[in-house]
Amino acid sequence: MNGTTPLSLFPRREFLKAGGALVIGWSLRGAMADAGQDAAGVRGTVAGPPDPKQIDTWLAIHSDNTATVYIGYVELGQGSTTSLLQIAAEELDLDMSQVRTVRLDTNVTPNQGGTYSSSSIARGSPAIRTAAAEARQALLKMASRKLGAPVERLTVSKGLVTVGAIGGESESVTYGELIGDQLFHLAFTGTAPLKPVSDYKLVGTSPLRNDIPEKVSGKYVYLQHVRLPGMVHGRIVRPRGQTAYGSGAKVASLEEHSIAHIPGARVLRKADFVGVVAEREWDAVRAARDLKITWEIPAVLPGSDGVYDQMRREKTADRVVLERGDVDRAIQGAAHVASGHYRGPYQAHAPFGPNGALAQVTPDGALVICSTQDVYATRNTLATVLGLSPQKVRVQYYEGSGTYGHSCYDDVAQAAAILSQLAGQPVRLQFMRWDEHGWDLYGPAHVGEVRAAADASGKILAYQYDGWHHNWSAVETSSQLALGTPAGEWRDGAAQMVNPSDCGGMYDIPNVRLVNHHVPGMNYLRGAWLRSPLDLAFSFASEQTIDELAHQAGVDAYEFRRRNITDERWMGVLDQVAKASRWEPRPPASRLSKEKVATGRGIGLGTHLTSYGGAVAFLEVNKGTGKVLVKRLYGVIDAGLAVNPGFIENQISGQLVQTVSRMLLEEVTFNKTNVTSLDWNSYPILRFEECPEVFPIVVQRLDQKSTGAGEEVMAAAAGAIACAFFDATGVHMPEFPLTPKRVLTALGRG
Amino acid sequence: MVTYLRFQSLMGGAVSSKIQIRVNDRVHSVTVDPDTPLLYVLMNDLELQGPRFGCGLAQCGSCSVLVNSVETRSCVTPVSAVVGKSVITVEGLPAWYAKQKKLSKTPALHPVQQALIDEQAVQCGYCFNGMIIQAAELLSKTPQPTEAQIRTAMNGHLCRCGSYPRVIRAIQRAAHAMTGAIERGRNPVLAQQTRAAEGER
Repeated sequence: MNGTTPLSLFPRREFLKAGGALVIGWSLRGAMADAGQDAAGVRGTVAGPPDPKQIDTWLAIHSDNTATVYIGYVELGQGSTTSLLQIAAEELDLDMSQVRTVRLDTNVTPNQGGTYSSSSIARGSPAIRTAAAEARQALLKMASRKLGAPVERLTVSKGLVTVGAIGGESESVTYGELIGDQLFHLAFTGTAPLKPVSDYKLVGTSPLRNDIPEKVSGKYVYLQHVRLPGMVHGRIVRPRGQTAYGSGAKVASLEEHSIAHIPGARVLRKADFVGVVAEREWDAVRAARDLKITWEIPAVLPGSDGVYDQMRREKTADRVVLERGDVDRAIQGAAHVASGHYRGPYQAHAPFGPNGALAQVTPDGALVICSTQDVYATRNTLATVLGLSPQKVRVQYYEGSGTYGHSCYDDVAQAAAILSQLAGQPVRLQFMRWDEHGWDLYGPAHVGEVRAAADASGKILAYQYDGWHHNWSAVETSSQLALGTPAGEWRDGAAQMVNPSDCGGMYDIPNVRLVNHHVPGMNYLRGAWLRSPLDLAFSFASEQTIDELAHQAGVDAYEFRRRNITDERWMGVLDQVAKASRWEPRPPASRLSKEKVATGRGIGLGTHLTSYGGAVAFLEVNKGTGKVLVKRLYGVIDAGLAVNPGFIENQISGQLVQTVSRMLLEEVTFNKTNVTSLDWNSYPILRFEECPEVFPIVVQRLDQKSTGAGEEVMAAAAGAIACAFFDATGVHMPEFPLTPKRVLTALGRG
Repeated sequence: MVTYLRFQSLMGGAVSSKIQIRVNDRVHSVTVDPDTPLLYVLMNDLELQGPRFGCGLAQCGSCSVLVNSVETRSCVTPVSAVVGKSVITVEGLPAWYAKQKKLSKTPALHPVQQALIDEQAVQCGYCFNGMIIQAAELLSKTPQPTEAQIRTAMNGHLCRCGSYPRVIRAIQRAAHAMTGAIERGRNPVLAQQTRAAEGER
């Protein structure tokens, strides 16, 4: 172990599993292989990021003829780690059993930016692909010298380089024999020729995920399983349910002796940041529960019932996102005009296992183990919170439960670090369910106002979308409470604006106006990106408007969309999903039934920032109870070259189920002071009994670049569900989730 | 649940005592406050990774274990309540299954676990501890469940990733495999093959 730094720590069990061997790095089980001490013994000992211009930063070849690939994107259960390994193995001519990766660590792995926007393959693969190709080239040069044959005569299979004819005299050498565990010491130039797509053997196939066997056997090490030697268990103490972002919460009174009955429990406090630690976890849980504390909380929130009206009343910062032609003039005298006012709620990330983190902070440095989607960005904010330079903070990633965007993973990391700093010893902090549900950075609420017009032939002439929402929060609650860091918002970015791709962008419309109305966020809830940010709300509003035009024109919804699309890829997903669902032509809401349970079907298009999504929903509406049940849901994605179509099918399947949950059930509730949806009863999500049958379809495009596949079908599915409700009832739902109460009100029975 | 928490509060600083619990067919001695939820003992004292924290409210199923072969939420079950009972976690599930089925050898995985791999049902996988425990309990009582029976039995287990459709398929696959195994068990030649195949795993 490197004795000069306090950072060479080992998670307890993994340390023990390593048999006490003092290796640099750490023993990682199964899919995540040992970080690998290279021959020089340097990897992992210095603060990163490692130099991206070196081949050694990206991969290492071991003497057993296997490779470790260093990846800057985290595994979140989406399978992208396996996909990136497929790409590396393809270029290196290795098979899947010969490649592995390590967990993200700011002392080890390259900085490829955060794992956002379903971009692991799109943004992560170019460097990994070219580095692997360049490493292969270097290995072939070494083999050429060793075998005394020109590179052109060498062939490679599974890391075995061979010269000579098949069946005739041949000589061979493995990658492992050529370089085994030595550094390449080669500049990464990005100039090596890549394997042509036509030669792909692994990319485009569906090898199985490498993490699943351990995830079902109970051997997989989640963040929640990691322990540090000498640590105590921590819990935070905050008001139940978050307060307005701009106000935070102030401690009015705190009685430390109120937990005197709990052995070894201590209160730790820094300004309005309060936590407890104890040797035993249950004692920490009890201490947080029993601690007598009162808070000063201003009643400035609009409440979940009043939030939309309040947003519409605010003085907003407006920006025209897209303007083409003249919408007002085109709408005048058009044969068909549709308009609507639509609303979508705050929704929670609600990871199934609340976030946790471990921290060991000393005056000289810190180790923080957490489930961040961006280890380097987290390192920077932790450094600020701790008053250390970023180089003195080491952040390691362990997978937690699926987070689907910026949940409390940074908040909990900061909280653990602050607790460790206060306690003077390592702390493992686990958020409770109400912490995670209550102090999340939610997907913001949205108001959308749409108007559109079509001519008599069903050609869309004009489209206007005005969207109201506040921005993402830039400051975590822990640093707000502990350091008084003022609440600030993100600078505007593509994902926080009215999205041209969802809002009419798939259709050829001559006159378009998209306006973003930025609501000031201080008197609202914390916000951040939640899987397919705002897209469900956009599509809910937009696709219902398109269906209203189709309805007025008396044209089938699929046919109406066909008449307004020329883009080959949008047309492709539309045709695919119609075909898969055996779509039968008839105008929307043209077969309304008098039965108590009405059925409907809807088609929708949508995306996030890249890729093309299409969906068809079949649902039932019980007009007596207001209950909506989605029975079947088809989802198609065109994400360019599908590296592993099997994983994408699984992603689509998950997106469809999660979309049903978000369209029918999920909404954060709050009053004037606090969030009140704090668990799975007050924030219900979809369960087994109401889960639809889902049909995922992947369009393989070998000639196109890979784009995102982890969220792009959700907007399409949200639109399809909304349109299916209209088809069943002849009524447009103005607001989701489609709860029984809301449905009865919309049907005039509330 | 509420009653239990009140009891907890009144007890306050209850003194730790030595408790013996039987987990995965081994007796463990732990020194804890008897009111400590079983989950924390399994995670921290026994260092098991199957049962895990999800809500602490018996709402989600991430902490599930079998207590005397019945699915139980360990996050709200005091450790003292399982004294004299048999606790099985995911780690001990293959052996529990082998014992139930009178297999001569413990397979590496319970058929439900294998089926989840075969169906590639997992996404983040955090909920799968509870899914596996509940499905194993279901199949031990209802070897050939209908889809509706599966949905009802599994309804108390949540999944944020939306893996439900593949989990349903995996349970159907496991039911099929297990019934096949029983039928093969009646045929001496097939039984031998089954044992060989399970030994290989």
